Amino acid sequence: VADLAPMSVWAVRVAPGGGVHTQGVKHSLNPFCEIALEEAVRLREAGDILTLSLPQETLRTALAMGADRAVLAELAEGAAAGPREVATALAALVQKLQPQLVLLGKQAIDDDCNQTGQLLAAMLDWPQGTFASRVQLEAGAVLVEREVDGGLETLRLRLPAVLTADLRLNEPRYATLPNIMKAKKKPLEVLPAAELGVAAGPPRLKVLQVREPPPRAGGERVESVESLLGKLRHAGRI
Amino acid sequence: MPAHLAPWRVSPCAFRSSKSELKPNVASDGLACAPLQTFTEEEAMLKDMVTKFAQERVAPFVQKMDENAKMEESIVQGLFEQGLMSIELGEEYGGTGASFFSIILAVEELAKVDPAVALVCELQNTLTNKLFTTYGTEEQKRTYLPRVSKDTLGSFCLSEAGSGSDAFSLKTRAEKKGDYYIINGSKMWISLAEDAGVFFVMANTDPSLGYRGITCFVVDRDTEGLQVGKKEDKLGIRACSTCPVTLDNVKVPESSILGQVGQGYKYAIGMLNTGRIGIAAQMLGLAQGCFDRTVPYTKERVQFGKSVFDFQGMQHQIAQVATQLEAARLLTYNAARLAEAGRPAIKEASMAKYFTAEVATLTTSKCIEWMGGVGFTKNFPIEKYYRDCKIGTIYEGTSNIQLSTIAKFLAQEY
Repeated sequence: VADLAPMSVWAVRVAPGGGVHTQGVKHSLNPFCEIALEEAVRLREAGDILTLSLPQETLRTALAMGADRAVLAELAEGAAAGPREVATALAALVQKLQPQLVLLGKQAIDDDCNQTGQLLAAMLDWPQGTFASRVQLEAGAVLVEREVDGGLETLRLRLPAVLTADLRLNEPRYATLPNIMKAKKKPLEVLPAAELGVAAGPPRLKVLQVREPPPRAGGERVESVESLLGKLRHAGRI
Repeated sequence: MPAHLAPWRVSPCAFRSSKSELKPNVASDGLACAPLQTFTEEEAMLKDMVTKFAQERVAPFVQKMDENAKMEESIVQGLFEQGLMSIELGEEYGGTGASFFSIILAVEELAKVDPAVALVCELQNTLTNKLFTTYGTEEQKRTYLPRVSKDTLGSFCLSEAGSGSDAFSLKTRAEKKGDYYIINGSKMWISLAEDAGVFFVMANTDPSLGYRGITCFVVDRDTEGLQVGKKEDKLGIRACSTCPVTLDNVKVPESSILGQVGQGYKYAIGMLNTGRIGIAAQMLGLAQGCFDRTVPYTKERVQFGKSVFDFQGMQHQIAQVATQLEAARLLTYNAARLAEAGRPAIKEASMAKYFTAEVATLTTSKCIEWMGGVGFTKNFPIEKYYRDCKIGTIYEGTSNIQLSTIAKFLAQEY
C-alpha cells in the first residue's frame, strides 16, 4: 500500500487570501511516495500492491509504475485532506485487506507534514520504521536502515509494519509506454472518503497563514578569502 | 443577384480546411467538440513520462553530444526501453499500439530538450515502423518489426548527389539476376546511417520506366558491399549522424523487396506525407524549448532598473512569438488528429511542417536577441536551438516544396 499525495511540478504560488494555488495546477506523484511505490514493486513476492489517493490524476501513474489496484477516496466538497484524514482512510483499508507491509512516502512535498506514517502506525498499533534508506525482508520481519543524525541505524520490525521511504531508498523507474497502456485495464475503485472512516466535519487543523519566502537579497563579490572571512566575522556568522 | 454584384459572391467551392466534417450524435458524445489540446489519459501520461525522461536522461548529455557529434548510447537504449521507438506499432510485433498522436507528443517533448534525439524517435516511428507495417510482407514484418521495436534503428536511403527534392533523377540501379538483385549506386545525406541496423534502399529496377521503376529494398547493415561513409560535419542536430551510403554490387534476394516492384517512389512520398507532421512536432518542440529557456532569463535580467521583460517593446515581441507558437501547435495537432482519423491530411501536414519550421526560425533568432550576449555563447543552450532549427526548412521537403504542395491543393480547390 502506498499513499499518494499531490504535488505541483510547477512553481508553487501562494493564492490570494492564503493557501497554495491548486487551480489549474498539474498534480503528480509525490516523489517520496514514488520511492515507496518503487520499493513495493521491488519487494513484491506475492500479493497485490494497492495504492490509495485522495486526489485523482496520480493513480493511473501509480498503476503504470507497477501497482495492481487503486482506490480513489472521494472527499466531500471543502473537506480537509491532512495527514490525519489520510491515515484514517489508510487504517480502514488496512483493517479490511490485512496487508503485511505498508510503505509510504516520508512526507508530502506540498505541506511537508511528515505525519501520515507515524499516525497510521499508532492507529493500527503496528511498529514503524520511518525515513528508510534500505529495506530487507526476512521471515516474519523486516530490516530497516534509517538515516539518523549520527549515521545509520538498523531496526528489525516484526511484520505487519509501517515503513516510510526516504530519498535514498531507491531510484524510481519511469512508467514505460506499454505499462501506461496496460494501466487503463487495472482496477480503480472509487470510494467516498466517509466509507473509509474519514469524518466530513470541519478540519481539525487550521492553517493560519501561507507566505511566499522573502525575495533573495543581492549578494556581494569579495576579492580574497581574507576579506570573505572578515565580512562573515563582521556579520557575526563565524 | 444583379450581374454587377457578381464579383462579390462567394465561390461555392472554397478552401478545404474551412469545411468541417460533422460528427454524428454531438449531444451524446462529450468529446465531439473538444479543444485541439485535449489528450486521452494515456497520451497525457505518455507526455509526462517523456518530459521526465528528456529532463533526466537526455538533458545532461545534450551539450557533449553536440560538441562531439555523437549520440549517447544510453539515450537510444532508453528510448527503446521506454517503448518510445514503437509507439504506434501493434503489440503482436513488440509495440504498444498507442495513437499516432502519441508520437507527435513524444517528439515534441524530446525536441524541447534535444531536437536530435527527437529525430531518432520521429524517424523510427513514422518511417521505419510505418514502412514495414504498411508495405512489408508478413515475413518481413515478423523478421524486422520485433527488432526495430527492441534495439535496431532503421535508415531511409532516398537522396543522392543529384537527387534531392527531385526524386525522379535517382541513379541507383538494381539489376535483376534470376531470383536476386544486384544494387549499385551511392546515397547521400542519409539520416542515422552510422547507427542503423537496417536500410531501406531506393533503387531503380528499370530506368526505362522512369520513376515507375523505383523500388524499395530492405538491406541489412552487414550485407556485403554496403558501406557507410564518413559522417557529415553539420551545423545543427549534430548528435544524429548523416552519412553517405555506397552500394557496391550488393546482392539481395527478391524477398527483400518491400511491397511491389516499381512502387518505391509512391511509398516514399506516402511516408513523407505523415512524416512531415512528425517534423512539425520536432520544430514545434524545438521552438517551445528555446522559448521556455529564454523568457525566465528576460524576467531575471535587470537593465535601467527593471527587468528586461518589463519593457513594453520586449513584451510585444515575446507575446507575438508566443502567439506564433500557439498557432504552430494548433496546425500540428490538427494535422496529426486528421491523419489519425484517416482523413486527408497532406495539405495540412505540409502547412504544419512549413509553418512550424518558419516559426522555429523566428523563435530561435528572437530568443538569442532577447538573451543578449549570453545567447550568443555556447554556455547557454539557445545558440544550439538556433543551429538545430535550420534543418527544419530543408529536410522531408524544403519549405518551397511544402508551399508547392499546398498550392497544388489550392489549384484544385478553386
